[in-house]
Amino acid sequence: MTPPPTFLGKDLIGLEHLQAEQIRAILDTAETFKEISERPIKKVPVLRGKTIVNLFFEPSTRTRISFEFAEKRLSADTVNVAATGSSVTKGETLVDTARNLEAMRIDMVVIRHSASGAARFLAERIPSNVINAGDGRHEHPTQGLLDLLTIRDHRGAIEGLKVCIVGDVLHSRVARSNIWGLLKLGAEVAVCGPATLMPAAVETLGVRFLRRIEDAIEWADVLNVLRLQLERMHAGYVPSLREYNRFFGVSKERLAAAPRDVLVLHPGPMNRGVEIDSDVADGPCSVILDQVTNGVAVRMAVLYLLAGGRPETAEAAKAGP
Amino acid sequence: MIDPSRAFDEPADVLLVGGRVEAVGRGLGTPDDAETLDASGCVVCPGLVDVHVHLREPGGEHRETIATGALAAVAGGFTTICAMPNTDPPIDDPAAVGFVLAAGMRAGHARVHPVGAVSVGLAGERLAPVGEMVEAGAVAITDDGRPVWDAGLMRLALAYSRSFGVPVASHCEVLELSRGGSMNEGVVSTRLGLTGIPNAAEDVMIARDLFLAELTGGRLHVQHVTTRRGTQLIRAAKERGVAVTAEGTPHHFSLTDEAVEGYRTHAKVNPPLRSEEDRAAVAAAVADGTLDCIATDHAPHHYDEKEQAFDDAPFGLIGLETALGVSMTYLVAKKLLGLSDLIHRMSTGPARAFGLGGGTLAPGAAGDVALIDPAATWTVDARRFRSRSRNTPFDGWQLTGRVVATVVGGAVAFRAEEG
Repeated sequence: MTPPPTFLGKDLIGLEHLQAEQIRAILDTAETFKEISERPIKKVPVLRGKTIVNLFFEPSTRTRISFEFAEKRLSADTVNVAATGSSVTKGETLVDTARNLEAMRIDMVVIRHSASGAARFLAERIPSNVINAGDGRHEHPTQGLLDLLTIRDHRGAIEGLKVCIVGDVLHSRVARSNIWGLLKLGAEVAVCGPATLMPAAVETLGVRFLRRIEDAIEWADVLNVLRLQLERMHAGYVPSLREYNRFFGVSKERLAAAPRDVLVLHPGPMNRGVEIDSDVADGPCSVILDQVTNGVAVRMAVLYLLAGGRPETAEAAKAGP
Repeated sequence: MIDPSRAFDEPADVLLVGGRVEAVGRGLGTPDDAETLDASGCVVCPGLVDVHVHLREPGGEHRETIATGALAAVAGGFTTICAMPNTDPPIDDPAAVGFVLAAGMRAGHARVHPVGAVSVGLAGERLAPVGEMVEAGAVAITDDGRPVWDAGLMRLALAYSRSFGVPVASHCEVLELSRGGSMNEGVVSTRLGLTGIPNAAEDVMIARDLFLAELTGGRLHVQHVTTRRGTQLIRAAKERGVAVTAEGTPHHFSLTDEAVEGYRTHAKVNPPLRSEEDRAAVAAAVADGTLDCIATDHAPHHYDEKEQAFDDAPFGLIGLETALGVSMTYLVAKKLLGLSDLIHRMSTGPARAFGLGGGTLAPGAAGDVALIDPAATWTVDARRFRSRSRNTPFDGWQLTGRVVATVVGGAVAFRAEEG
């Protein structure tokens, strides 16, 4: 049984194929849902009776917990499946895992997987709604959405803003979701980092490539600083973390040279002293904890809309059916 | 009747006696006991020759066997195919070569020629017993599936194989440049978040092997060329007299990396589908003869293996039953080359590159014939393939040019169903 089409379609795989109006509606719905998390009793009956599986083939703390809070605050029944200790590590294929879950009659799957395309692969094979919680280096749409919401909260609008994504764009699903979302909402987008960490033909995505962090800080209204994974140094993409910090790190001194107030985002978890210095992460420009708060609201909005909710009735939905 | 080996292209009868071509000409009398194939409206040509197929036996019989692969071959108009040695165990000694040869003869269908390994166990370390393998029936050597990454070993292979008159077929890939890659490096890989394989991974090793062929005087055959630069390098080497032949595949001159869109694992192949510029360059190089052969790199995989996330699925696609249709649709129908030249690239060219008997209908040659209806349009239906596998990116495509019948050694080995 395929559920009826919703405002977002059956699944949320990425921001590349969403319309600007759909993205704005998710952000508006998230705005409506934010208030639930501020209540003493943080629960509304929006998804009562819905069964959701959080299927995490890669370790994740922040994203998984954020999804789980969003699901529970909307009264869904949730099950977490982690790759370690599950049949996945016993050689079961992705398609068999999906079919087995489906046979238990679930409504939604939130999937995190190390392979690009895994979320789409699953979505094409099961009738449940599928939400991509990060697939390889492809997309991490809810992270992109919560970044958009955070920028909008602090700057009023996305349109016309100059946003620079700094760091390991090559391996980053966060970067791709940000690029699509920001471009669709009318921002100018740049990427900055060593050329070894930039994907081929990155400019064809519609972004400019700034080779020096000083140029990025000079240009940008917003910096979204990506995590530099330790493995990248071991694989030789950068000679050392010290050198990376020295030439690409976002420091207080560099920010002081900015011609305007710069908003600093980071998807976490941070490597303090590598891609971002502590006095920036904890300083007045940083909106990193707002991102985390907004993450729950954005995920509630996505769950609500994929379950068939309409953006215009989100306010009423909080009161229950 | 088209016989590119003799520049013959006019209406004629072909008489096969005792498994060989007896005569070619108009109004040949038909012996009373002869079986006749009415080829009116069709093209009669030498049976097609594919110097690059994976038959998966021994070790991968759930994907293909020598018998099913040879049957798929005749269904595609091929009368001769060359089986790559990267099986399990690999074909790296005379006994293994004998096994492939015997299994091919037992199966009937197309003639199956074994290709031996360059290195023992395909490990890239020690030269395999090339002389003994050739004596047992191997027609070439290759470590296909992987490159001979050690330039010193490649030099030895090219030099040593000269004594036995066989070419060294090279899968050109610098592993340090392709590592972790699953598709072409470019706009599409960036959008899909897949690790790309740059053209340079192929170009650098083509250049290396051309220099080594020049150094040794050995016969080099460059497999599945996919890049514009690669075709330029080979063209230049031929001009200065290097003993090199090369092949292009139907998928590389018909598809680009856009075919991967949607993470379609049936378009995952190594070397990968490239940019439009490269695709056009490969088509042009087949047309002008820089690439002597069209080869399929027929690489069967079980459906389970392709039913995975893109990174986890294996490289490879099958091509024996679509090669002629794809080639006619993308080269002949687009007027890049004439039918006679296409048949050259699919029979005479590859037969000469590997020193095989086919590719000609001169009197006395083996009675290996393909009957082709050049005007027939048909829709690819992978479920009806004779191959044991279904991993084709062309399923559901409409193609022009179809095999009507295939004759091997004077006996009808395949006849298309009506309609």
